[in-house]
Amino acid sequence: MAAQIFSAIFVIIIGVGGCVAYFWGANKLLDLIFPSRGVSGTAAVNNLRRQGLVRPWLFVGPAMIILTIYLIYPVIATLWLSFFDRGGTGFVGVANYEWALRDPDLRNAILNNLLWLAVVPAACTFLGLIIAVLTDKIWWGTIAKSLIFLPLAISFVGASVIWKFIYEYRGEGQVQIGLLNAIIQHFGGQPQVWISLPFWNNFFLMIILIWIQTGFAMVILSSALRGIPEETLEAAVIDGANPFQIFWKIMVPQIWGTIAVVWTTITILVLKVFDIVLTMTNGQWNSQVLANLMFDWMFRGGGDFGRGATIAIIIMIAVIPIMVWNIRQANKETGGH
Amino acid sequence: MAVATGNSFASRFGVHIAVLIFVAIWTIPTLGILVSSLRDKDQIIASGWWNSFASSSQTEAGRLPPASAQTQKDGKYVIEGSVFGDGAKRAISAFGVKAATPTQYPAGTSADLGDGVTLQVNADGSFVLASPKAFEGDRGQRVYYASSAPPKFTTDNYQTVLFSEGIGRSFMNSLTVTIPATVIPILIAAFAAYALAWMRFPGRALLIAVIIGLLVVPLQMSLIPLLKLYNGVGTFFGVPSKTYLGIWLAHTGFGLPFAIYLLRSYIAGLPREIMESARIDGASDFEIFVKIVLPLSFPVLASFAIFQFLWVWNDLLVAMVFLGTAPDQIVLTAKLNALLGSRGGNWEILTTSAFITIIVPLIVFFSLQRYFVRGLLAGSVKGG
Repeated sequence: MAAQIFSAIFVIIIGVGGCVAYFWGANKLLDLIFPSRGVSGTAAVNNLRRQGLVRPWLFVGPAMIILTIYLIYPVIATLWLSFFDRGGTGFVGVANYEWALRDPDLRNAILNNLLWLAVVPAACTFLGLIIAVLTDKIWWGTIAKSLIFLPLAISFVGASVIWKFIYEYRGEGQVQIGLLNAIIQHFGGQPQVWISLPFWNNFFLMIILIWIQTGFAMVILSSALRGIPEETLEAAVIDGANPFQIFWKIMVPQIWGTIAVVWTTITILVLKVFDIVLTMTNGQWNSQVLANLMFDWMFRGGGDFGRGATIAIIIMIAVIPIMVWNIRQANKETGGH
Repeated sequence: MAVATGNSFASRFGVHIAVLIFVAIWTIPTLGILVSSLRDKDQIIASGWWNSFASSSQTEAGRLPPASAQTQKDGKYVIEGSVFGDGAKRAISAFGVKAATPTQYPAGTSADLGDGVTLQVNADGSFVLASPKAFEGDRGQRVYYASSAPPKFTTDNYQTVLFSEGIGRSFMNSLTVTIPATVIPILIAAFAAYALAWMRFPGRALLIAVIIGLLVVPLQMSLIPLLKLYNGVGTFFGVPSKTYLGIWLAHTGFGLPFAIYLLRSYIAGLPREIMESARIDGASDFEIFVKIVLPLSFPVLASFAIFQFLWVWNDLLVAMVFLGTAPDQIVLTAKLNALLGSRGGNWEILTTSAFITIIVPLIVFFSLQRYFVRGLLAGSVKGG
């Protein structure tokens, strides 16, 4: 263990030192090859121009290499692999996609993912908006926001343990130590094994993600609400608008853009949801989702890379519209700067 | 904002109540595992954690001594003693002699069992069984009682989990993964962000678009090719394919698009005059970056560092693909997932382990919340 800590510290020093040495050294080298000081006027101008051509690439170079290896190449390779068999060597054409259309597990996963997409972003945005509006009005609102925000720092696995404890089921007649079943029993209801109830268990898993992500929506929307000009609200009050009219007709339309950002961010997260399903049910009782199914295929029986890659492509296809929208949005905002 | 809803007392009161309910829903689950992790492991299964400050009560059954223990007293046959053979300190609230009604009689009262036989069980466990006729048989009277034990809190669970369940080792592994994977991307991203914000070169707009596109590419797209690549590199050089170096680089790669995006938008917003006056004074891009841009960008560097730290610490997927499951490599999240499988019913172990895995993010979060929120607001297109 001591060796491990030592090697970690060593790597930090080497990594950071290496980065500094690269950027500093490359920069020095460039100054040596194309000197701009101590040479004649035109030569200096020419060399400065050449430096200007090369230096940006020295700065973005390391990032580009890593991005290429870890993101750009894999995206192309995954697309490529989705046309190959389990070992990734024999070309099978669109067989994996045909399988994807027929496979009942995959269909179940897609349907569940759609259910997650319909519920989680909407619930997070709605709850986040309500809490943002309410906490703005009270003196202890900052503390309340901090506490609601807190689950965002908790890992999905940690959150799964937390909620598994809430959903815990004990046989009838025994003391229920899970909060949910204890409440149900207190009011005379029947305790249930919540996470193995087909269909409804999806919602019990979604609650975990909603619990984590509402804080995110709340913080973003709260800051957008602060940006609403006071005059528009005052004018509405003078015109005799009631609180609900103010909320729906004055406040919401002004923060529409922010709502869209929150919604799409959570949508992408939902498409990738993996940890919660793996730790709570591992896809049993019809609670499978795409990311967990893909993980399953990656390692099941030594792994089927072709089918795993095909599932990854399905997730990617769902993300593409958001990707295009983001790029357009960014181009509009920066105007190329 | 103060004008938004009505200002009547009732509606203000309603707002307080509503926020209180939301806060309760959002904090009680975490409180549950914190409280449970500190409870005695027998009490966790005997009562809900919300009752942990009350005495935990349980119904027990016992058998009184047989007829051979009887003595004669005041013309009656009497058997005396304590129902607690083990000398435990519990308090009895009620007792009974039938399984169907185990708490029929309050403690301290005398129960009539028929034929003139009486049984009295006191709160401290002592009992008196009296009868006008001699007791017979070698099987004593069955007795049921509800006893309560005082609440008991302990740190034993933490000792067990840290030192014999391997959580302590995993904690170190998580730190080993997280710290380099947080530090390495910062410098690489900062240089790239500066170039993309303040240097003119062909293809810059395209590069920015590519990075924004990469922001939302699902991690799943990278896993299989990288797994193959790592296995290939491992076989080729005869080294293990699951190494800390491998996961550091993987996290660096996955974190870079967000890092560059976040840093670029901040650095692009720095005042142009500062850069230009430095350039007129003869400073090179490298000097401007090191002496002006880096110090001014401290808040955004801190934001990114917190993000990356939380993301790497809380990650399960990347760790499961690129690291092994042996004790010298398994990180906290993966260990917790393994415990869920092997220790499914041992809530004292699960709650304690879960609390240990979330304590570091919670500390980071509470102490640096300002930077965290700033990062969220600046970079809310990233999908987490």
